[in-house]
Amino acid sequence: MFEFLKQPWPWYVAGPLIGLMVPALLLIGNKSFGISSSLRHICAACLPAKISFFKYDWKKEIWNLFFVVGILMGGFIAIQLLTTGDPIQVNPQLQAELATYGITNYNSFVPEDLFTWPSLLSVRGLVMTVAGGFLVGFGTRYAGGCTSGHAIMGLSNLQWPSLVATISFMTGGFIVANIVLPYILKL
Amino acid sequence: MEINEKFQEKKHHEFLTENTDFEVRSLDAVCFNESELKHPWWYNLKYAVAGILFGIILVKAEVISWFRIQEMFRLQSFHMFGVIGSAVTVGIISVWIIKKFKIKTIYNEPIEFVSKKFNKGNIYGGLIFGFGWAITGACPGPLFAQIGTGATVIVITLLSAIVGTWVYGYFREKLPH
Repeated sequence: MFEFLKQPWPWYVAGPLIGLMVPALLLIGNKSFGISSSLRHICAACLPAKISFFKYDWKKEIWNLFFVVGILMGGFIAIQLLTTGDPIQVNPQLQAELATYGITNYNSFVPEDLFTWPSLLSVRGLVMTVAGGFLVGFGTRYAGGCTSGHAIMGLSNLQWPSLVATISFMTGGFIVANIVLPYILKL
Repeated sequence: MEINEKFQEKKHHEFLTENTDFEVRSLDAVCFNESELKHPWWYNLKYAVAGILFGIILVKAEVISWFRIQEMFRLQSFHMFGVIGSAVTVGIISVWIIKKFKIKTIYNEPIEFVSKKFNKGNIYGGLIFGFGWAITGACPGPLFAQIGTGATVIVITLLSAIVGTWVYGYFREKLPH
């Protein structure tokens, strides 16, 4: 059993478990599954700056901050106790493509050839870490949710605006991954 | 006086149902469920436990991997589509069961669902998030999990995402919705 837990879990195990987060949060406290709003609560708590969008009682939403701190701790527990330490297996086509950009290290989920503290001194690393993060934060809030709030919670509740948002996420991702990212990786 | 009360009531009703005002919780169904019950702070620890479980699942499913996201956007692997597809399927069935049998929370409160109202931000913002997702290989949940796995530099990505959220708040009224 423990050996199974240490292997990467197949989609048909992990996916349904992620789906169960939706009823779990509803049952334990009437909470809608969603993560990007935590970023908004952090803004409201740290620097509301008289912006009406951040003027609300963030303490009422503090469950969301407990939830994301939990996610961080879960990441720590999983990597410390529940991994085999084997490199990640990826599609050989992707491997060949990435090799042309000097990305050959598959030892961690976050590629060490791209995202490290020293890489922040390179144009490529800076663009991917800082600009990439900015787009994630700006875009999720503009869209009113992220993969969890729209693609999982919204679709679970059959909300068509969430379907529109999910299709937009995917479209944006397809465009950048296939057309723009190769230029960024060449930097 | 009576008119004023009626107005207040109407405003409150709109606040709860229409979700279109540009003041406080608008466009964010996520921020919406408000329990009438008052609990001590440590009741929130159960959300931390839920977060820990979710974080472990994210790592074990490898969905926090930049490589898996690249595979997904290049249609080189079914994995991510399988994860999201089966998660949504289980979510739909769960929500259907909760509604059908009017299941209540563990505190015996009725479970509330809030409709999401369409606005153009779902498209523009969605595209922008998609751009960022393809670059960072992470949506907000995985950002937290990645930091937990020891990729400390992702703190910078997270801070940048918080700045992005703030800048959105700052320019919100000037953006098309």
